[in-house]
Amino acid sequence: MFLGKVIGNVWATKKYQQLKNMKLMFVQPINASYEETDEPIVAVDTAGSGPGEIVYYITASEAVLPLPVNFAPVDASIVGIVDSIYSEE
Amino acid sequence: MFLGKVIGTVWSTKKDEKLVGAKFLVVRKLDLDLNEKNDFVVAVDSVGAGEGEVVLVATGSSSRQTHFTQDKPVDAVIMAIVDKLDIAIKQLEQEKEEL
Repeated sequence: MFLGKVIGNVWATKKYQQLKNMKLMFVQPINASYEETDEPIVAVDTAGSGPGEIVYYITASEAVLPLPVNFAPVDASIVGIVDSIYSEE
Repeated sequence: MFLGKVIGTVWSTKKDEKLVGAKFLVVRKLDLDLNEKNDFVVAVDSVGAGEGEVVLVATGSSSRQTHFTQDKPVDAVIMAIVDKLDIAIKQLEQEKEEL
């Protein structure tokens, strides 16, 4: 699982049929001190997140598990919205 | 998934027999401002993407989770054609700078 900040949406009407009415969000990966750690990615949103919110997301083929369909080409999906982060660093 | 732009096609007759009928498109990665990065993938097309179109590419074993690419040696698939990008946060930050 990774931390990220939702920074926008992607609209795509023409997509793989199983991905109909799924929200595609731009996510900026961050670390526990909210610093940007990697290139932004696009993830399917399953937690109802919006731009500006801190979320956590999963990648690789497990990303399809929280989706209502069990077979879709998705390699990142947002699974939760973060309330607060406590870290020792 | 990452943002990419279709810039070409790969034709190959001699290939793994499971890949017969696959359309290989060369997709260059894009950053959020749609500038081309010098990184690309060859992806199997599953939505009928054409040259010049901005697309989304799923990579890794997730790319085998389509009817066509199932159980095939594929690690990148084009699974969406982008209509519009909406980077709210970027506009917000730009406005703050202008104030």
